[in-house]
Amino acid sequence: MTTSSAAVSIRGLQKRYGDVVAVAGLDLEVARGECFGLLGPNGAGKTTTIEICEGLNEPDAGEVRILGMTHRTDADRIRASIGISLQETQLTEKLTVEETVRLFRSFYPRRRPVEDAIAAVQLEEKRTARVGQLSGGQKQRLALACALVGDPELFFLDEPTTGLDPQSRRQLWELIEGFKQQGRTVVLTTHYMDEAEQLCDRVAIVDHGRIIASGTPRHLIAMLGSEHVIDFGLEGNAITDAELAALPGVTAVRRHDGRHLLDASQIHQTIPALLALLERNQAAFTDLTPHTATLEDVFVHLTGRHLRDG
Amino acid sequence: MADGGWRDRAIVQLTLARYREFYREPEALFWTFIFPILMAAGLALAFRSKPPEVLKVGVVTGPGSVEMVANLRKNAQLDVRAIDDTAADRELRTGKVALLVVANPGGPVEFRFDDTRPEGSSARRMVDDVLQRAAGRQDPVAVRESLVREPGSRYIDFLIPGLLGMNLMASSMWGIGFSVVDQRRKKLLKRFVATPMSRTEYLASFVLARLTLLILEVTTLVGVGVGLFGVPLRGSIAAVGLVSLVGAMSFGGLGLLIAARPKTIEAASGMMNLAMLPMWVFSGVFFSVGNFPDAMQPFIRALPLTAVNDALRATMLEGATLPELAPEFLVMALWLVVSFSVALKIFRWK
Repeated sequence: MTTSSAAVSIRGLQKRYGDVVAVAGLDLEVARGECFGLLGPNGAGKTTTIEICEGLNEPDAGEVRILGMTHRTDADRIRASIGISLQETQLTEKLTVEETVRLFRSFYPRRRPVEDAIAAVQLEEKRTARVGQLSGGQKQRLALACALVGDPELFFLDEPTTGLDPQSRRQLWELIEGFKQQGRTVVLTTHYMDEAEQLCDRVAIVDHGRIIASGTPRHLIAMLGSEHVIDFGLEGNAITDAELAALPGVTAVRRHDGRHLLDASQIHQTIPALLALLERNQAAFTDLTPHTATLEDVFVHLTGRHLRDG
Repeated sequence: MADGGWRDRAIVQLTLARYREFYREPEALFWTFIFPILMAAGLALAFRSKPPEVLKVGVVTGPGSVEMVANLRKNAQLDVRAIDDTAADRELRTGKVALLVVANPGGPVEFRFDDTRPEGSSARRMVDDVLQRAAGRQDPVAVRESLVREPGSRYIDFLIPGLLGMNLMASSMWGIGFSVVDQRRKKLLKRFVATPMSRTEYLASFVLARLTLLILEVTTLVGVGVGLFGVPLRGSIAAVGLVSLVGAMSFGGLGLLIAARPKTIEAASGMMNLAMLPMWVFSGVFFSVGNFPDAMQPFIRALPLTAVNDALRATMLEGATLPELAPEFLVMALWLVVSFSVALKIFRWK
């Protein structure tokens, strides 16, 4: 193992299940110490990719190196150096928090003290509580405690905050920020844009088993060529896309679910002109939500679909 | 706690987890320890050794019936009543009397009974005996009765080793099979496999946990059988222990084999019942395997529960020594080796 090698290096990864192509030739490089996000709708191939990295799934083609090692030759060393959380693991409900962490700890050659792991995820007060009595957020934090008790260099977190309430998500974000500050590498999957923007140094947008764009969140948003999106619904007379595109400051016009989306760089010029256009055509807003462009808009721009549509 | 201490070894932590899952599940405790004892108590009550039976005999009223009743009442084992002719046949049909006697002076005495009912034939023989002797018959051969009522030949004596065998089967197969499938269903198995955990140690933890629980199970059932019901323990305790151990391990292998692939509890339950059903029926838990036709005997003898039950009865009731149990041990060992090795080959970890 060379410390100069990338934390994760994937070349030409392919995986199919029968007729369904899950991963269709994917290349990826994650540097050490980086927090990297795989972003995409359900079924895009994120989980398959991450499970191949974890050694839980076999690729059909391509090369995967984890910390410079391959699963073919160094499976045990890789397992000892990574900490993971899977999407659907249910830990044994009859065990307590402490017993669960101690159990996972016993598998690893390099170990952090049980108390440290529990303190790191702020579950000290629940130390003797049964897993079955924990909330969703507490269970997810316990899963992270089990991942970090082996003192890993590299984390693979598959949708760590899916299904959690906003407060629990924030707590998990802080935890993951903490991993970054300790110089550990984090690879996570998510379909929350705000999560990726908040946590990740770099993201890759995955769709149909391929990476369709990658870079820093800021860089990807800048790709849109406009900083704002004006999202609105209309009633009354229809307005053509050509009329909307002619408005000052508008760089692109899209429709989605009967709604209009304008990419705009000069929102203070566009909105008054839009109001005047509506006035002339005797149309009115049902609602209007202008917002700063997000990774969600980048995804819609690239695929014509929303992330949550799958 | 010091790092690298024995308590922090994976095999110890895994085995501890097995115990905790077990004793924190009150239902598991009930099915493993309380249920078989309740069952033994219930069955012992139903099949308890009764005092010598009193046979009910009806004498149809008519000529000579009064003398007949007086005559038969001299025998303490007969409960004799005079019955009206019109009611007599109904009482016989409904089993209120085992035998009807019609005195019929001048002609032959008539016995009316159902010869397919054991008490009918017994009553006929006994009444005939009483009447013949009263009329002056002398028995050409002198006989003397000495009664022996010994532990070891009662139903409860037969039952306790059978229940022990059945319990070993159920707890070993369910104990291992259910947990494994449950952990696979919850993706916990997948989570474990992504750690450096040794797969051998994972499987070994089930065996280790079973073996210690086994000591408790066997002690409880044998203790209750011997202490409460007076079941004899003629062979050595070591022999009973070894039969239980090897038996439980072969059932554990079978449980692991069934749990090797299924992803849902429902699928595993179906297969588990399918595997256990023939053993409940054929392996002589509640009655002797001799009741089944000869053609089926080779199949029945090959079942692991038959081997365990036979071996337990032979050592507990007849005092058989370990070398005498070699055929049963061979059957158990074969199941153990075959099921474990196939299970390991086809096991689904993810």
